[in-house]
Amino acid sequence: MATIDTARPAPPTRRLSLNDPVFRGLVYQILVAVAVVLFAAWIISNTAANLQAQNKTSGFDFLGKTAGFDISFSLFPWSRASYYWEAFLVGLTNTILVAAIGIFFATILGFMLGVARLSSNFLIARLATVYIETIRNIPLLLQLFFWYFAVLKAMPAVRNSLELPFDIFVNQRGLFVPKPIPDEAFGWVWVALIAGFVIWFGIGRWAKARLERTGRRFPVFITGLAITIVLVALVWLISGADVQFEVPALERFNFKGGIALPPEFVALAFGLIIYTAAFIGETVRSGILAVSHGQTEAAMALGLKESDRLRLVIVPQAMRVIVPPLTSQYLNLTKNSSLGAAIGYPELVNVFSGTALNQTGRAIEIIAMTMAVYLTLSLLTSAIMNWYNARVALVER
Amino acid sequence: MTAEVRTEMAPALPPPRRSTGVGHWLRQNLFATPTDAIMTVVGALFLVWAVPQLIEFLFTKAVWPGGTVEDCRVMGAGACWAYIGARINFFIYGFYPMDEYWRPNVVFALAALLVVPLAIPKAPFKVVNALLFFVALPIVTVVLLSGGSFGLRPVPTDQWGGLLVTLIISYVAILGSLPLGILLALGRQSKLPVIKTLCVAFIELWRAVPLITVLFMASIMLPLFLPQGTSIDKLLRALVGVTLFASAYMAEVIRGGLQAIPRGQYEAAASLGLGYWKRMGFIVLPQALKHVIPGIVNIFISLFKDTSLVSIVGIFDLLNTIQAGTSDTNWFSPTQATTGYIFAAIIYWIFCFSMSRYSLFMERRLNTGHKR
Repeated sequence: MATIDTARPAPPTRRLSLNDPVFRGLVYQILVAVAVVLFAAWIISNTAANLQAQNKTSGFDFLGKTAGFDISFSLFPWSRASYYWEAFLVGLTNTILVAAIGIFFATILGFMLGVARLSSNFLIARLATVYIETIRNIPLLLQLFFWYFAVLKAMPAVRNSLELPFDIFVNQRGLFVPKPIPDEAFGWVWVALIAGFVIWFGIGRWAKARLERTGRRFPVFITGLAITIVLVALVWLISGADVQFEVPALERFNFKGGIALPPEFVALAFGLIIYTAAFIGETVRSGILAVSHGQTEAAMALGLKESDRLRLVIVPQAMRVIVPPLTSQYLNLTKNSSLGAAIGYPELVNVFSGTALNQTGRAIEIIAMTMAVYLTLSLLTSAIMNWYNARVALVER
Repeated sequence: MTAEVRTEMAPALPPPRRSTGVGHWLRQNLFATPTDAIMTVVGALFLVWAVPQLIEFLFTKAVWPGGTVEDCRVMGAGACWAYIGARINFFIYGFYPMDEYWRPNVVFALAALLVVPLAIPKAPFKVVNALLFFVALPIVTVVLLSGGSFGLRPVPTDQWGGLLVTLIISYVAILGSLPLGILLALGRQSKLPVIKTLCVAFIELWRAVPLITVLFMASIMLPLFLPQGTSIDKLLRALVGVTLFASAYMAEVIRGGLQAIPRGQYEAAASLGLGYWKRMGFIVLPQALKHVIPGIVNIFISLFKDTSLVSIVGIFDLLNTIQAGTSDTNWFSPTQATTGYIFAAIIYWIFCFSMSRYSLFMERRLNTGHKR
């Protein structure tokens, strides 16, 4: 009778052989790590030798030295006597300014385009399609050149500026808009506005609780809006607050007063908004298309009215698809703002990697700092968006 | 008693008048609701305002080749196509010596001859074709364009320019980024922590920074990184920068393809006893790459547009020749700059739009299996 040997064979003794996947992996990793370290060492020694041959020093001490160059546009006072670290900050704030404005308007325009392209209105849908397909397929730099050199630089001279409504002036030197100057009592209006929003929020909470308790609806939006407006208007009248507008006025050579936006800024913001909006439009369109028609029908079957159908069923699901690519569009816009360097907008790359680098010759430090800024901005944006994405993502078992 | 029984069908009534014809179409598509009607009117007014002006500028009032500068300088003249006609060689070849134009022309012709059958899915000899396009063509291009052998006059790269350089940069970047991207994507999927970390860091670093800083880095820091005494060509520096940049994006696209391959394929390959490289090379990658052809074409589109940035580091690509052309005082006229930009925009648009159509076409072709 045959016996079945139920004893398991002894596990093979581990031998250090390349046929052992674990050992092999270890060997590969060590090899790669050594190669990378050697490569880095080679680069560093080359760089050190090159720098020595060119009699260049290295280090970040230049940041504390006076820069001695002019910057055409900055959010805080800048003079030739300012330091390099201040130049870095000017560049950074200018980048963030144009990116923030660009993201804000590109989102609005992009959502409008995305919805318009899906519109049942034949003409509107076609117009949106033509816009998107034209803008998307032309390099951004070319568009910036067009706006800057062919449009803004071709504007009339200061003497015969183009006058738009609301005392806005356009000329070769840029865009001049009136500057609001609120008086002291205006603080109360801000307080009233915040109070209005708080009341609005409170009504919303109460209405939701009541809806869940009794099933009866309450027109939150209209009530909240009305209360806020009435409150602000009342406070405005009673406190006698006043806002004066400092209108840009033509002086001997240039406009004085108001807010002056340099043409470089206008061209860059305009180009970024128009270019990115086309991409955001496509993102929005694909997001809306991704929500299957069954969802709309199911919402109808539940008896939801059109606005609720959009607010409670379609938009939340579409946002889930839209948000990740929207994030990368925001990042793209921020990175693309570096193209301002080509038309002379003093953003980070222009001020720091351009002028400061040419003056100090500290190529490695300056380019590393510039790259670090974009890296941080990217990681920050994606962190915020990931947090949002996790909030709206589909919750599965 | 006889019953009246119809023996033939009653003729079908025509559809109600409200639901057919032009009027119905208009009601349905343009004037469905009051808001719709308002938007239609606004859109139509915009078209009525914009289209005639555009046609006037581009065609009826434009100065066609054969015209003179004086025609372009007339008040109210449209686009100055005569200027484009006069400088077209500069925009296509840059400073390439005029009597050697046949060399770029041969390269253009070869590339077109090879890329068309490569793009048509049904065309035969795909492997030979791909080898010719990705291996033979670069060698021929370098030998032919830079010269110095076979009795050809050497032409340094700083004389190359215009559309030629734009095409070369995007071609080389794709050529280099494809293998690099495959390796990086495989590395990112790897179970070996050191390799995975390195690949992730490389990909994320390049994707986080703008191309312009990469180009600055390539043009300023690359010479510092190399041993003393080595000088590296300006065009080559930009090529290295663009290729590294593109490979990070390529890696992410290919990773998408790798993730789309079902686990069963990996396991089946492993159960056949294939090693890692055979598993990837014969089973996984062929399927994954086919999946991501549209994505690769999309990268190529954005790369093609991004090549315009090399003009910032002083390389005479199409955009830079156009920009340099605007300071040509012989053709100074109010519309000179605008005409140049429109011409460049048309060229970029034709390339990018046809590629995006191709990518859509491939997407539909590859999707046949999953259509609902």
